[in-house]
Amino acid sequence: MSGPHVALFVTCLVDMFRPSVAFATVKLLEDAGCRVEVPPVQTCCGQPAWNSGDRENAKAIARQVIAAFEGYAHVVVPSGSCAATIARDYERMFEADDPWAARARALGARTHEITAFLTDVLGVTEVGQKAPVSVTYHDSCSGLRSLGIREQPRRLLASVAGLELREMAENDVCCGFGGTFCVKYPDISNVMAGDKTRNIAATGADMVLAGDLGCLMNMAGKASREGRAFRARHVVEVLAGDLATPPIGEAG
Amino acid sequence: MSLHEATTPAFRANARAALDNANLQAALRGSRGNFITKRARAREDLPEFDALRDRARDIKDHVLAHLDLYLEAYEAQVIASGGHVHWAETAEEARAIVLDLCRQAGAKAVNKGKTMISEECGINDFLAENGIAPVETDLGEYIIQLRGEVPSHIIAPAVHVTVPEIEAAFRKAHTHLDPDRDLSDLAALQAEARGVLREKYFQAEVGITGANMLIAETGHSVIVTNEGNGDLTQSLPRMHIVMASLEKIVPTLEDAATILRILGRSATGQEMSVYTTFSRGPRRPGDPDGPEEYHVVLLDNGRSNMLATPFQDMLRCIRCGACMNHCPVYQAVGGHAYGWVYPGPMGAVLTPSLIGVEQGGQLPNASSFCGRCEEVCPVRIPLPGMMRSWREREFEKRLTPAAMRRGLGLWAFAARRPRLYRIAARLGAGLLSRLGSKTGRIASLPFARGWTGERDLPAPQRGGTFMDRWKAARR
Ligand code: SF4
Repeated sequence: MSGPHVALFVTCLVDMFRPSVAFATVKLLEDAGCRVEVPPVQTCCGQPAWNSGDRENAKAIARQVIAAFEGYAHVVVPSGSCAATIARDYERMFEADDPWAARARALGARTHEITAFLTDVLGVTEVGQKAPVSVTYHDSCSGLRSLGIREQPRRLLASVAGLELREMAENDVCCGFGGTFCVKYPDISNVMAGDKTRNIAATGADMVLAGDLGCLMNMAGKASREGRAFRARHVVEVLAGDLATPPIGEAG
Repeated sequence: MSLHEATTPAFRANARAALDNANLQAALRGSRGNFITKRARAREDLPEFDALRDRARDIKDHVLAHLDLYLEAYEAQVIASGGHVHWAETAEEARAIVLDLCRQAGAKAVNKGKTMISEECGINDFLAENGIAPVETDLGEYIIQLRGEVPSHIIAPAVHVTVPEIEAAFRKAHTHLDPDRDLSDLAALQAEARGVLREKYFQAEVGITGANMLIAETGHSVIVTNEGNGDLTQSLPRMHIVMASLEKIVPTLEDAATILRILGRSATGQEMSVYTTFSRGPRRPGDPDGPEEYHVVLLDNGRSNMLATPFQDMLRCIRCGACMNHCPVYQAVGGHAYGWVYPGPMGAVLTPSLIGVEQGGQLPNASSFCGRCEEVCPVRIPLPGMMRSWREREFEKRLTPAAMRRGLGLWAFAARRPRLYRIAARLGAGLLSRLGSKTGRIASLPFARGWTGERDLPAPQRGGTFMDRWKAARR
């Protein structure tokens, strides 16, 4: 293949909890003509350290990611949150005159969340899938507000034959995950998650989709505890035609 | 509750109590979304709204870069128009100045317009202790004064109170009125409060107001209200005291107009608040009304220490309240849980600056960094970024809880060593996936109760980590 050379940043949650998201991402990229590689030197983007005020560890992880990924035309991430860490935060971690700041900026400019990459960079308008399901879409915060991802996943979903999108109330309100927030302040996080699952259920949709596994695990975990009927999937699974893999939080 | 005793270190317990408080939850749910819809509509109706936000940010940045010059210019203008300016470095100083002035005026009662600076200084309690009765004239402030509370929101101080609770407070306080009167809706409550307050307006010797802005060019102070109570508060008594903090300065009338255009829209979705009142100096010969004396108390209380730090941008704040209206954490727990004067995202940044990160450190942590506050802030304050800066300070000062530090350290040690990390991820995924093999989820994990207390943890997919599977499939 001679298409763009893409490095996949898997993200720590997808690596451990839901490899099918990464496989679906690879399929979407390859279907669009990309040459995909998975650099072996990758663990996490470092966001937990950065958001907890541990700048030294955040910088060390950032340097590791920058060195491992700067040789590719693009870096693609199946998470708006991790993509935003690389694309927006890495540069802020370093002093302006630190050579790593320039390297961080250069890598950041080539780093994309998957649905944004497909639509904005590759110009994909159709994914050629069929899925007779009704879905609702949760806009995860970092993707929405740091990267401006809103229309991209919806445009791709609109190309899935038979799929019906039912918007929920407050689709741009945080689900209560927030990385370490959900375990530091579980009481508040839980209330936010409950508001979210109520809004999802009110649409009557079969499933909730989103672009971030952290939010999805939070919403799915809350919904199963409440005995809600809807399912949860990462948006790329539907876009890649993978409805066979059990939904998040269900046994296969 | 006395104001100066911050309960901020107990934020976690405060929040739990707030979540269990059915009345509070009803009030929060009842108001939720109102301000959001109105602001969104106001923004849509004004194409240059976002451009105005940029201008407002630039105006405030410019002021903060030359704060000393503008403060001097402002003071000179106030003096020229016959007023007095008093500089208060701390809340204690401000209290003493205000008490002194009230005594000079022979005050037994003081009318008060809405002012968060007076909350910051604990003026009400202090005056009361010294035999002077403070009378809040803003309806919301009046309600919470009757209830013995402090504001839970910077522009809607009684947003945490339900209508039946207001009715109960009025019946208890207004015993001179007919006990069989109908007080079942907000209009009736408003009418009653207006009647009661009108009488008090004429009794006070001093009126204290806040200031939304102070104009250096002219020496004006500007307040915006929807009830007109500010006008009566400042024009009827013989002495008018303005309480304001340093950063309220703007250079010119035109700058004030720019900020007014975004203030009302961001706060309540109004193009302008119903009343916008300018004052400078005492009544001049020939004026039909106005105070005989005009005093401005300018409070620092830690603000100048924020200049030239990562928290300087916080001083751009124009106190519109949009950040808390849009904050899911504020909307879940209400303002009192924050434990000091300023709640919500702006409080989460400002409180540690003013009372110390040792006291206020929980607030910047109690955020999911969803970013909605920054998205709506009319002066584009990067609130989540500054909360993150506080977390960094805490980490440097070793204030981060030990368990959290240890966990982070362990995780980072592995994350910086991909090969070790791979093994740990493989073991972790295998273990969790076995724990959840029947249902695909885990209902209880001893070391992750924060998560599993009220939600399940989806189990990892079977078959190993992605990195292992990818390696096996592609090489
Ligand atoms: S921080 Fe911004 S949004 Fe919040 S009150 Fe201040 S000006 Fe308004």
